[in-house]
Amino acid sequence: MPAACGLSGVISQDGHPIGGDVIIESMRVIHDRGNGLGGGFAGYGIYPRYRELYALHVMFEDPPGKELCEELLERDLEIEAAEEIPTTPSDEIVEPPLLWRYFAAPRGEKLSAEGLEADDFMVQLVMDINTTVPGTFVFSSGKNMGVFKAVGFAEDVGEFYRLPDYTGYTWIGHGRFPTNTPGWWGGAHPFNILDWAIVHNGELSSYGINKRYLEMFGYQCTLLTDTEVMAYLFDLLIRKHNLPLEVACTVMAAPFWKDIDFDDDRAQRHLYESLRMTYGSALVNGPFAVIAGFSRGMMGLNDRIKLRPLVAACKDDLLYVSSEESAIRQICPRPDRVWAPKAGRPVVGELKGDV
Amino acid sequence: MPGDMLPSEFIVDVDHQRCRRCKRCILNCGFGVFDFQSMTTADSSKCVACHRCVVFCPEEAITITKNPLAFREHSSWEVYLRKNIWKQAQSSGMMLTGMGNDLPWLNVFDHILIDACQVTNPSIDPLREPMELRTYLGRKPDSLEIKADGDGGFDLETKLESNIKLDVPIIFSGMSYGSVSLNTHRALAVAAEKLGTVMNTGEGGLHEELYPYAGNIIVQCASGRFGVHPKYLNAGVAVEIKVGQGAKPGIGGHLPGEKIGREVSGTRMIPVGTDALSPAPHHDIYSIEDLRQLIYALKEATGYKPVSVKIATVHNVAAIASGIARAGADIIYLDGFRGGTGASPAVIRDHVGIPLEIALAVVDQRLREEGIRNWVSIIAAGGIRSSADVAKAIALGADAVGIGTAALIALGCRLCQKCYTGNCSWGIATQRPELTGRLDVDWGAERLVNLVNSWSLELKEVLGALGINAVESLRGNRERLRTLGLDATTSEILDVKPAGR
Repeated sequence: MPAACGLSGVISQDGHPIGGDVIIESMRVIHDRGNGLGGGFAGYGIYPRYRELYALHVMFEDPPGKELCEELLERDLEIEAAEEIPTTPSDEIVEPPLLWRYFAAPRGEKLSAEGLEADDFMVQLVMDINTTVPGTFVFSSGKNMGVFKAVGFAEDVGEFYRLPDYTGYTWIGHGRFPTNTPGWWGGAHPFNILDWAIVHNGELSSYGINKRYLEMFGYQCTLLTDTEVMAYLFDLLIRKHNLPLEVACTVMAAPFWKDIDFDDDRAQRHLYESLRMTYGSALVNGPFAVIAGFSRGMMGLNDRIKLRPLVAACKDDLLYVSSEESAIRQICPRPDRVWAPKAGRPVVGELKGDV
Repeated sequence: MPGDMLPSEFIVDVDHQRCRRCKRCILNCGFGVFDFQSMTTADSSKCVACHRCVVFCPEEAITITKNPLAFREHSSWEVYLRKNIWKQAQSSGMMLTGMGNDLPWLNVFDHILIDACQVTNPSIDPLREPMELRTYLGRKPDSLEIKADGDGGFDLETKLESNIKLDVPIIFSGMSYGSVSLNTHRALAVAAEKLGTVMNTGEGGLHEELYPYAGNIIVQCASGRFGVHPKYLNAGVAVEIKVGQGAKPGIGGHLPGEKIGREVSGTRMIPVGTDALSPAPHHDIYSIEDLRQLIYALKEATGYKPVSVKIATVHNVAAIASGIARAGADIIYLDGFRGGTGASPAVIRDHVGIPLEIALAVVDQRLREEGIRNWVSIIAAGGIRSSADVAKAIALGADAVGIGTAALIALGCRLCQKCYTGNCSWGIATQRPELTGRLDVDWGAERLVNLVNSWSLELKEVLGALGINAVESLRGNRERLRTLGLDATTSEILDVKPAGR
C-alpha cells in the first residue's frame, strides 16, 4: 500500500544543465506514493538571465489580492520583470489560482531604513505578505531558482508548469499524500524560503516545539503543515547562525547520547553535547525523509532512526536521492553506486565550480 | 466549658480480641494517641490519621475511621470553617498547617490530555529503541559559533556556561534540614546520586556529613540565610535564591523552636530552641536590581555556577520571570500554589498564588516572545503528582520538574499535614531522635530511586506513544496536548487547543 509521499532529487555537481523532463520522469514512477492532492518541483539555475535578482513566485486566489500584494512589492522592491508563470491548461490540474512571478531586489533606501540585509528583508516581506494579504501566497523567493507546485499528481503538475522548457543543475520533486492538512496549492511541496527548497515525506512529531522555537526568531509558520518548519530551520541554522550544513543536519537529526558519550574524542563529545543543549528545540523528531535544495547543492536527510525510506545513487558528477531506487533507475539505469543513507547522516551533493 | 469544643477528627478503634498487648502502637505513634492501662487505650482526639500504628500493628487490630459525627449541613458554612472558628476563638492565633493546599480548586493538569501516534507517524517502542531523558539545567547561548577545522571536523568557538546535567528531568525540591530530618536529607542525597539528578537543600543549610554529595546538590540561600557560608555555597552544583515558596507566597519560612536541636542549630548557625523565622522579603532584595546583585555575588562566590531563583507562582509571574532572566539567573524555579511546606498559615497556603500549570504556560510563552527562553531553564514544581503531570508540565514548557511532597509520600508520609508539630511518626518531618531513627536511609533512598525510575519508565512510554525519542521534543510541544472541560479563556492562556481541535 502506498502510505507515504514520494521524493526525488538530482544534481549535476559539475553544473551541467538537466532538463525539467528528467525529474518529471523520475516522479512518474512513484506516482502511487502520492494521492493527487499535491505535487511540486524546485529547479536551480533555471533563471540565469535574472541570476542576481530574487525570483518571487506568487499565487493569488483573486485579483484584489494581486493588487494589494503588488502595492507592497512596488513599495519595497525594484521590480525588473513581472509576468504570468507560463502554464499549459490541463484536465488534471483544476481551478488554478493566478500564478505570477516577479524578478526583483529590495530598494536600497528600504534596506537602510530597516537596517536589514537583503535576505532578511526578503524573509520579512514574504512572511508579511503570506500572513496579511488575503488569498495571496509567495511560494518561491530564491535567486536563480523557482518552485512550481499545485494540487495534482507530480507528473501532471510538472507538465502543467511546462518544466521540460527549463533546464537547471538541480531538480527536486515531490508527490504528496497529505494526511494531516488539507490538500491546497500552497500546502504542496516544495516549501521554500530564499534559496532553500524542501520536499519532505513524514510527519514531525516535534512540530509544536519546532514551530515555537522558530517563532522566537521571527519566523511565522502559516502553512498548516510541518514541512515548512524544516525549511525555516535550515534557513535559521545555516544562513543566520552560520552553522556548516553537516552540523545543521546533526542538530535536526541529532546523534543519540549513547553515541556521543562513547566518542573517544573529547572535543567532539563537547561539540555534540553543546549542540544538543543549545539546539534541543530544533531537533526534528518523528519520521522524515527530506531532500533540500539550496543554491550550491542538494542534500538528502533521514530522521535519527530512519522511519522513512531514502535511497541515494551516483553516476559521474550526478547525485540522485529518492524515496525509491526505481525512481532513480528510471532516469539513470546504470548508476555507479546505489546505497541507503544511514539514519541522521546527510547525503550532500555540491557544485564544484560556478554555473 | 470544655477547652476547644472540638470533636475528634478521627476515631481510633483497637480490637481487644486481636490485640496482643505488644505496645508497638504506643512506641510508634508520634502524637501520643496510645496508652496502656491493663489494655491498650486510644485518645482519638490526638490522632492525625498518619497510619503509623496501623502499618506496624502485627495483628491488624487497629482501625482508624473518620469521625462520622453529623453536623447540620450548610453549603456555605462548611464544617472545616466552623472548626477553624472554634479553634481561633479559643487560641486567638493563626491557623497553621503543613503540606500543600488541600482545598478543591480546579486542578488544571487533570483537564489536559496527551496525544499519541496512529498510522501516519509511528509510535516508538521504548523497550526496543533508545528513549532519551537527559536534561541540562542552566543558561544556553542563543546560537553556537562553529568552524570547520579544515580536516573534515568542526571546532566549537562558543564557550558555554556551566549547566547541571540530569539523567532524568525530575529533581527533588527544596525541603530544609530542620523541617525534615537528617535521615530524610540523607535519603534524598543518596537517591539523587544514584539517579543522576539533584536534591535541593531547602533553606536550612547542609549538614557537613552530606558535603560529599556536592555533585548532586543545589544549595539554597533564603531570606533567613540559615546555614549560609562560603563553604556551603560551594557544596553543590548550583545555588538557589529562594524568593518565594508556592505554599506561602509573600511570606518567609517558619521553623518552630521545637524542631531546632543541637544538630539543626549547628547547621543553621542559630541557637538551640529558637524559632527560625525567615523574613518575608530578602532584606537585601527590594527590587530586580538588588536581585541581580545577589545573583552575581553568588556567582562570584562560587566560580560562576548556575544560579536558580525560586519564586511562588503569583498573578504577574510572567513579567517577574522575565525580569529574573534578565537579572542573570540561569534557572527559574516556579513553585505552584499546591506546593508543600513544613509550616504555613492556612490562609496563605490555601488562598494565595495561582496554579503551576497556568504560570508555567505564561512564563514559557513570555520568555519566548522576548526571545530569551534559551537564557534560563524552567523548573516546574508545586503540584507534580505523577508521571502524567511530569509529561504535561514538560509539554507546557518546563525543562524539568521538582518533586517534594511526592518524594515524602514515597518515604511513608500519609499527608496528615501536621509537619509543623514536629511529631511525624514516619521520622520525616521531625527532629525527635526516637522518631528520626525510624527512617532508614538506605530503605528510603531505594524507595525514592524506585519512584523516580517508575516515573521515568512511564515518561518514556508517553514519549514513545508520541513518536518522540528525546525529551527535548516534548519540551514546550503544546501541540501534543489538548484540554478537556476547561473554559476557553484558560485553554487560550495555556496555549493548548481544546480536545477535538
